[in-house]
Amino acid sequence: MSEIYQLHVNGESRDVLDASPGESLLYVLRERLGLMGSKGACEQGECGSCSVMLDEQLVCGCLVLAAGAVGQRIVTIEGIAPVGAPSDVQQAFVDAGAVQCGFCTPGLIMATHSLLERSPSPSEMEIREELSGNVCRCTGYGRIIDAVQRVAVARRGVS
Amino acid sequence: MSVIVPTTLAEALAALADSPSATVVAGGTDVMVEVNFGHRSVSDVVMVNRVAELRTWRRDADVLHLGAGVTWSEIEASPIAEWVPALAQAARTVGSPQIRHAGTVGGNLGTCSPAGDGLPVLAALDAVVHLASADSTRSLSFAEYMVGPKRTARRPGELITGVTLPIVDGWQGYSKVGVRNAMVIATASVALVVDAGSVRLALGSVGPTILRCPEAEVFAANNVDFTSRVASSEVVAQFAELARAAARPIDDHRSTAVYRRHAVGVLASRLLRRAFPNE
Repeated sequence: MSEIYQLHVNGESRDVLDASPGESLLYVLRERLGLMGSKGACEQGECGSCSVMLDEQLVCGCLVLAAGAVGQRIVTIEGIAPVGAPSDVQQAFVDAGAVQCGFCTPGLIMATHSLLERSPSPSEMEIREELSGNVCRCTGYGRIIDAVQRVAVARRGVS
Repeated sequence: MSVIVPTTLAEALAALADSPSATVVAGGTDVMVEVNFGHRSVSDVVMVNRVAELRTWRRDADVLHLGAGVTWSEIEASPIAEWVPALAQAARTVGSPQIRHAGTVGGNLGTCSPAGDGLPVLAALDAVVHLASADSTRSLSFAEYMVGPKRTARRPGELITGVTLPIVDGWQGYSKVGVRNAMVIATASVALVVDAGSVRLALGSVGPTILRCPEAEVFAANNVDFTSRVASSEVVAQFAELARAAARPIDDHRSTAVYRRHAVGVLASRLLRRAFPNE
């Protein structure tokens, strides 16, 4: 039996057609809506590469039942900034060398935006704890933490 | 398949009355793992993460009522963290921020894994679990509620609506051991609560249910000085031995029984020392 429902993604209402029962939000975003920015790896909430915002809360897209997210506001990495005009967090990741293979990067960008909205001047300990749900196997995290701190400093400078 | 997304408790209970065996999903952080790996096929789902009555908490004098849909992020923050610090400590060890934004205390009770991080604290605090169906409500002690590994007294058609906890004056704490410092399921966990001349100890991940340790509790209560917060090193060591003796661990993919028994002793002695810092 297929389902037809609408999801509110990046400010638009999107029809989800031919969905099967039990599909995760991550699966629907990638396979039904063509939004490939959120990555799928562990499918059990451990790696954070599928991190999206759901009603202003950072969650793992793989653990959200897509059909249960009807009416909730979903923001994916594609909704953070248009292609060619990166957000300050995205630019800081590039500048700090925080991107290597890049697979974890969309999730980390989402987590960093979420962190800095709640805590504009996080300590290193707070950054490590807040990003503990996003696994990176390349960088060793040092440059990622550097990128987060750069954004925090830059935002303080302009406010 | 139907996915019902009620926004009131009455709607949720009506949906469960229509479909008593429906899968109840709050944060989804347990259910969706099973779904993603093909270990569970969901047909009818009742989402409860947007039921207003379940999303609230309130304090009445020395009792805290947590709605089942209160998330770990909310529990690890003020003011709940000041009222039940051990539960806040447990909350901070649940998964990652992503998991804590979605996962709920009701979900921990619904899954009822012996490794559930909040459960030793609920057991040590003698929490009361509230259940409702379309035509009745009932309240169970935690010990009555959890009957086995991932097995509870919840009946088809019933919904966990919340849990009530006493706000105690004494020291309380939670510790757990896992293979890393974040994003880890407990290999062994311990909650300790000091309240009005009593010491309460609950062990997680070392038995089919959360285990209270009556012998260790009575021993501690009779051998510590509550006023000056004194416990001798001999008392701490014997308390740890009684905690180890109360454990009923098994070997599984996560650890061995021998290690788990050792670990709860270490954790119990650490927590008792924190509660009674003077020798």
